[in-house]
Amino acid sequence: MSIDLQTVKKIASLSRISVTDAEAEAMVPELNNILGWVEQLGEVDVTGVQPMTAVIPNHQRLRDDVINDGDVRDKVLANAPQAEHGFFAVPKVIE
Amino acid sequence: MMGFMMAQNFTPPPSVPKTSKTDLTDLTVAEIRDGFRAGDFSAREVAEGFNANVAAAKALNAFIVETPEKALEAADAADKAKAAGETLGQLAGVPIGMKDLFCTNGVQTTAASHMLEGFVPTYESTVSGKLWAAGAGMLGKLNLDQFAMGSSNETSYYGNVISPWRRKDGGNAALAPGGSSGGSSSAISARLCPAATGTDTGGSIRQPAAFTGISGIKPTYGRCSRWGIVAFASSLDQAGPMARTVRDNAILLEVMSGFDPKDSTSLDLAVPQWEANLSSDLKGKKVGIPKEYRPDGLNAEISAMWDRGIAWLKDAGAEVVDVSLPHTKYALPTYYIIAPAEASSNLARYDGVRYGQRDLPDGAGLQDMYAATRAAGFGPEVKRRIMIGTYVLSAGFYDAYYTQAQKVRALIARDFEQAFETCDLLLTPTAPSASFALGEKQADPLAMYLNDVFTVPASLAGLPAMAVPGGLDSAGLPIGLQIIGKALDEQTVLNAALAIEERSGFTARPDKWW
Repeated sequence: MSIDLQTVKKIASLSRISVTDAEAEAMVPELNNILGWVEQLGEVDVTGVQPMTAVIPNHQRLRDDVINDGDVRDKVLANAPQAEHGFFAVPKVIE
Repeated sequence: MMGFMMAQNFTPPPSVPKTSKTDLTDLTVAEIRDGFRAGDFSAREVAEGFNANVAAAKALNAFIVETPEKALEAADAADKAKAAGETLGQLAGVPIGMKDLFCTNGVQTTAASHMLEGFVPTYESTVSGKLWAAGAGMLGKLNLDQFAMGSSNETSYYGNVISPWRRKDGGNAALAPGGSSGGSSSAISARLCPAATGTDTGGSIRQPAAFTGISGIKPTYGRCSRWGIVAFASSLDQAGPMARTVRDNAILLEVMSGFDPKDSTSLDLAVPQWEANLSSDLKGKKVGIPKEYRPDGLNAEISAMWDRGIAWLKDAGAEVVDVSLPHTKYALPTYYIIAPAEASSNLARYDGVRYGQRDLPDGAGLQDMYAATRAAGFGPEVKRRIMIGTYVLSAGFYDAYYTQAQKVRALIARDFEQAFETCDLLLTPTAPSASFALGEKQADPLAMYLNDVFTVPASLAGLPAMAVPGGLDSAGLPIGLQIIGKALDEQTVLNAALAIEERSGFTARPDKWW
């Protein structure tokens, strides 16, 4: 299965990475090389094999439903590119 | 055969009394710890020695941020505690390097990316916090491949790390320190720090250790908390120590390990006393030699080193058995589906809103801001992996790629389980070659990926694995051996590495040119 320029642009868009036409064109053979190589996995017989979900057996823990963190608003905002009035600020979303 | 001949007459080196005349930066972690406690030197003298080495080694580009003041602060605290007769932490007086993937409170943490340039965490990663609590001091934040994606340290936004090693051919070709923990490996081998943290997703501790003639261990998945470590592929990422000796690795790993409720995959188990239980007597142990790790065309010097390693472990009392790991050839393609898939999900957090860079073109809306920020903030290899991951997880392709890879991963883990029915540990090469020149493999991503062929399988199975130096190749560059153990059996891994360390007589170090 090989991917074309249009597919690369679609993947870039899904990944929220803007690419120029030239960048996208350069990525077509690169991604095809890698995807062509990983496709050899298709030849492995996986009949009856469950996909791995946890590499080392472990159990999901539950903790008591109590507040154990918080009141750190300024710390949370400290690295924001733009923070105003105690909020993260982003460009206007609704016209 | 030189090393093997020496093995026959092996006697442990006598312990050398440390005086103030010793160059303190040549000491191991254990020697610094013990010498400081014995009063042979002060913690401040040690920190000053390493600070000076760091400051004089800009040519290696091993550090992104240097923090000599942090190293001195911890050293002064250790000296004061000692003078006051207080109980000293396990690492009191020992300065270390911190891979710049661990969030450090108040000190820039970039993951070697432009995206996180200027990011100053307001919290401390669990692992680094444990090290500081044990008395260690921070010499600085070590360079790495961007978001830990790379095998040569050529993807850092802050420039390539240079290995202190050079080929003995009279040329001055700059060599790769390995990756992604290349700042750590370069700095330790150049005596800029006695030990450092690393992280290992598919070999990022072991391959750089092998390239620079040092040791490093990736523990069982879940031993070290991932909390506060910039995430790459969460089902594979594990922190671990890197240092010049096996004992030093045991000392650091004990401090770094332990249950953390803040990491949902952290193992709720007591931390064993790995250092106290070190023993190079391998009587009763069976060492498996997986035939799939010796493909046609394996580098002859790597192959010869492997044979020497087998002889050393036999000499230590172990029995050697042949084993088979039939799905080995599928480990790399499995990894290059799973790791990018997890990366595409993990790196979705870099949106220009909460932390890191923001690129906001004139008149751009929110979606444009995301795309512009990520285009400017990520390097080419990171973009490549995010896009591969996005593709294999996308509608219509998920089962063919991702589900299939998770099934093959289960088979790879089963191969190890079956092998461990007939042996206690595995011995393999660490990397398919010695270090290569910077630029040599950069043009072809696939050629670079193949460097992890021997390290990735243990990562996929979550098993403890360690790199230990074996000797030098004909070009004068270090080559190493890898030991893979059963889940949670770091002790056997460390013990076998110690048996090799005692027999290899590896004392080579790079000639100082930087």
